[in-house]
Amino acid sequence: MGRFLALIAGDSQADRAVPPTGFTAQLTVFTAGAMAFLAVFALSLSLATGRLADRWASELARTATLRISAPVDQMAAQTAAAIRLLQTTPGVASARALTADEEKALLAPWFGAELPVDSLPIPQLIEIIEDADGFDPTGLRARLQAEVPGAVLDDHTRWREPLVEAAGRLRLLGWLALVLIAGATGAMITLAAQSALAANAQVIRVLRLVGARDLYIARAFVRRFTFRALIGAAAGTVAGMAAVFLLPSGDVAGGFLPGFGLQGVHWLYPVAIPPLAAAVAFVATRAAALRSLQEQS
Amino acid sequence: MIELRNVAYNYGGAALFSDLSLVLAPGSFHFLTGPSGAGKTTLLKLCYAELTATSGQVMLFGEDGRTLSRDAIALARRRIGVVHQDCQFLDHLPLAENVALPLTVAGRKGDKAQDLTELLNWVGLGGQADQLPPSLSGGERQRAALARAVIMSPDVVLADEPTGNVDWEMSQRLLALLVELNKMGKAVLIATHDLNLIRAAKAQVPARILRLRGGKLQSAGVDL
Repeated sequence: MGRFLALIAGDSQADRAVPPTGFTAQLTVFTAGAMAFLAVFALSLSLATGRLADRWASELARTATLRISAPVDQMAAQTAAAIRLLQTTPGVASARALTADEEKALLAPWFGAELPVDSLPIPQLIEIIEDADGFDPTGLRARLQAEVPGAVLDDHTRWREPLVEAAGRLRLLGWLALVLIAGATGAMITLAAQSALAANAQVIRVLRLVGARDLYIARAFVRRFTFRALIGAAAGTVAGMAAVFLLPSGDVAGGFLPGFGLQGVHWLYPVAIPPLAAAVAFVATRAAALRSLQEQS
Repeated sequence: MIELRNVAYNYGGAALFSDLSLVLAPGSFHFLTGPSGAGKTTLLKLCYAELTATSGQVMLFGEDGRTLSRDAIALARRRIGVVHQDCQFLDHLPLAENVALPLTVAGRKGDKAQDLTELLNWVGLGGQADQLPPSLSGGERQRAALARAVIMSPDVVLADEPTGNVDWEMSQRLLALLVELNKMGKAVLIATHDLNLIRAAKAQVPARILRLRGGKLQSAGVDL
């Protein structure tokens, strides 16, 4: 920690010992910028899939659907019977039959808006909202079988779990991508640092001749690479956030997807990317410099 | 301060020298001569631990060089002023900053601003303080290297052909600088082929002349 603070405090004399120019400077800034840009997207993806998983898990967990397939002349009676049964079922907060327009809207994405719902044998759907305790699906199915033979209860469990699992894995992939980006950044900066050390062999030789310790020599390289990474990552983060801001919102997908942009307090999360990139650069350059200096002796 | 005890050094599988002993005591003044390729530069490098002896001991200020940590060797080098034949500098820094580099590295630059100016004037480089090393002539680089070597007032000065590229008058000025340091109790070892320089020094200080030949170090007269 003391060494990190010493780095932040800096040593302008040590910095001056190393020539300020070189292609490694541009390479480091570009790498940090590109990686930060990608990191913003990975972070955005991870947070969005997290929201998606939470939404699917919470919304679908509180609802169920009752589907009534019956001859046309019995449909209204079975629907009414089902509603009455549901109203007396513990754990059911409310139950209502979907209107023809609502059913038509549900089918529109697949069959188009002009579907003549009235002339088709479409099952009647009843939306069930659970209360905090929830209902007993096994008991409800048994009662429905006895009283509403055309009713099929779908508590969404079958397809909710894989969806939530998929969203969870997407979130994990997002975090994994962030880790890989950090690792790739470290690797690239290590290579750039080694290249800079090799290109400055004479500088190192002169510094050693006059009694410079390895840490003194390393510090000049470490501080420079750390700040380059910080600047590059800051620029990449700003560009990434702008690009995420310009992404289409989730509304264009009819609300089915939550949108892969950042929302609310999540806009603050990318602010952590530049300091993290600087920390990665600090660790990578310091390790590379000290190892390289040991090998050169 | 620096002592070589029965030192051997192999280069490319062959022994460059063996069983070589040398003591650089405080206030001593040595000239090291010998044919090209005899190992004079190598011997100097052993003295400041740039090279490690194949066998034997190199004592740096009372410590065995082989047991010293890298940091301890770096600190020991701050007490040794070295002038290389090739006079390497940090080419992107002005001459004054290069000469002051040992002070900078030791964190003492602020203490010696006046000394730096005086030293640059003494070696005839006062007017070139702001120039970059690549723009200097060979002689100017040599003078700058000597100035850098003595700026910290080191306990030991090791110089490899320090006057090879300067005129006689300037070589006498540089020698005078080393003689002054020697009179202050500093040890001086100069590797050179310049007999006139040796004679001039002998007239001022009780310098000992060593000849490295055939892997052995021998005392020699001033006529060599």
